[in-house]
Amino acid sequence: MIVKFLDMLVRHGTLLKWATLAFMAVLVIVDLILPSAYDRFAWESWGGFGAFFGIVASLILIALAKGLGFGLVYRSEDYYDDELEGREMSGDPRDEDERNEMLNKEDENNA
Amino acid sequence: MHELFSINWPGMDWLHPSLLLILGSLLIPVFRGAVQQVYRLTLAAAFMVAVFSTVPGVYASFQFLGMDMMMGRADQLSLVFAYVFAIMAMIGTIYALHVKDNVQHMAGFIYAGSAVGVTFAGDLLTLYVFWELMLLSSVWLIWRNRNPISFASGFRYLLVHAVSGVLLLAGIVLYYSQTGSLAFERIDVEGAAFWLILVGFMVNAAVPPLHAWLTDAYPEATVTGAVFLSAFTTKTAVYTLMRGFPETEVLIWMGAVMTIWGVTYAVLANNIRRLLAYHIVSQVGYMVAGIGLGTAMALNGSAAHAFAHILYKALLFMGAGAIIYMTGRAKLTQLGGLYRYMPLTFIFYMIAAFSISAFPLTSGFVSKTMILEAYAENQMAIIWLMLSLASAGTFLSVGLKLPWFAFMGKDSGLRTKEAPTNMLVAMGIAAFFCIYIGIRPEWLYQFLPFQPVEYNAYTMGHLLWELQLLLFVGLIFFLLLKYVGPKEKITIDTDWIYRKAAPRAVGFVHQHGTAAWHAFLAGLRWPLDRIVDAASRHHGPQGTLARTWPTGSMVLWVAVLLAASLLIYYL
Repeated sequence: MIVKFLDMLVRHGTLLKWATLAFMAVLVIVDLILPSAYDRFAWESWGGFGAFFGIVASLILIALAKGLGFGLVYRSEDYYDDELEGREMSGDPRDEDERNEMLNKEDENNA
Repeated sequence: MHELFSINWPGMDWLHPSLLLILGSLLIPVFRGAVQQVYRLTLAAAFMVAVFSTVPGVYASFQFLGMDMMMGRADQLSLVFAYVFAIMAMIGTIYALHVKDNVQHMAGFIYAGSAVGVTFAGDLLTLYVFWELMLLSSVWLIWRNRNPISFASGFRYLLVHAVSGVLLLAGIVLYYSQTGSLAFERIDVEGAAFWLILVGFMVNAAVPPLHAWLTDAYPEATVTGAVFLSAFTTKTAVYTLMRGFPETEVLIWMGAVMTIWGVTYAVLANNIRRLLAYHIVSQVGYMVAGIGLGTAMALNGSAAHAFAHILYKALLFMGAGAIIYMTGRAKLTQLGGLYRYMPLTFIFYMIAAFSISAFPLTSGFVSKTMILEAYAENQMAIIWLMLSLASAGTFLSVGLKLPWFAFMGKDSGLRTKEAPTNMLVAMGIAAFFCIYIGIRPEWLYQFLPFQPVEYNAYTMGHLLWELQLLLFVGLIFFLLLKYVGPKEKITIDTDWIYRKAAPRAVGFVHQHGTAAWHAFLAGLRWPLDRIVDAASRHHGPQGTLARTWPTGSMVLWVAVLLAASLLIYYL
């Protein structure tokens, strides 16, 4: 049932998109019309600043992150693999799993 | 809360919840199967009762080596943290109900018990003991993932915290020698003691650049262990900072930097739990910033945010854990289209994602805006803008990127089943709290340390600001979908210093140091070699003095001597 509901949302994705965009437009318009409730910062009296800030903030963050990533901190996934050399763990964890499974089976049998 | 059921334990005025849980956990290996599951649930329930029935007051004070110890100091500040820790222990227990690993269960309980032990500790020594017990128990939640990566990661976790623990202990010793008191109140001293204790706390709060242990270890923990880890270590540190260092200006800037550091790295993350771990750093940043400001509203905001954060962050980790548990994959590049196969997990995850993004009607909205409001009232524009920037980034990564590329987006071909029932129940409970707190914030506000709480999150101004901010972030996300997708890469962070730079430095010093030492020894040996050479020239096998003489010549010389003595005799 939940899947059907979610599938329906996905099928009506376009409608959902336009509804959201319309809602966003209404938000900005309402913010422009209504007198601002706060005046502690200058921008609190500018209508629609939230929308503007949302756009600018995401652009700044994506640019900052991607710049940092490609400029400095991205590495291939095996970058730290040399740490693992000679650090294989003693004993195979799978042995323990098997032993546990056997114990659990015994439990079930006893029950 | 304690009015509802205050209990008179026989023979004592207060039962320490931590002792109950820690001692009770030692009995876990005695039981097996369904009996053990019932026992674990009962223990977690008893722990909740013990915490929630605690009446504010001072308990379990005694003298130890002439020092005043106090194991139970229950006031509004310690209780709000203890409450959420107790709820979290219960949720975590349900989530891990199916796991058959006694070590993990014991570690989880000792860890949760110690966290509550820290919040109730009235003196620094008790605090330190529980602090270290948290470390020693929690590392097993990483190691029990049982692969070499977790093993190495757990050791780094252990070492970083061992160092910070020593700093904290050194600070406590200095503090005691300066003030003559061990009582854990506001740390009001000058000099080394202040900074050592502060840094000790800041490492656990994951304040950059001392935060990398968190994003290194949490993604490598067990599925159920990560849920416990996400709740306790950083939030006990928030509690201790709030108690010991309110209005410490450095924390304002540290907190603001944390929020942005976390969201920036989260944009780059590919491993889902690493992405969420960076958002722990970011969210704890809000709390640290609130503590730094130190007004009543800011501190209330930090406490409220810690409470809300523990629940939604645990829910996020539970959702991510369910994905990993069911698919065996943790990378966004290998996931996609899961909503059809794990719909409940998806919905619960989204409730947590909306909460962390501070959508109205969720818990994050009524707690995070409180910290922002405190900064607005003090007209601190730069910090306010930094925190708001991080808000946008939170929704970008946790609310859009992770769910889009894991649950929606391109179908990865995974045809998995929904997570086990106990996991879903645990997620459901956490999701309930996320929404309940959002709808009825006064339930949360009644626990906050500074009463009365005169704050209303649901004003027109807040609603308009928050909704515009978040929805337009969503717009940018979908417009730039091509560029914000995950990459098959990892990122290096400050842990690079001790994972790469330090080993390289040690290797460099080792190589060149060895060569230099050998040269030095050779230099010392040079005159000695000369003497040895000279001696061997004279006394060596080929030396003049070592040459063998034939016996015939000996006889000849004896004859010559005898002849000479005969000659001298006749003269």
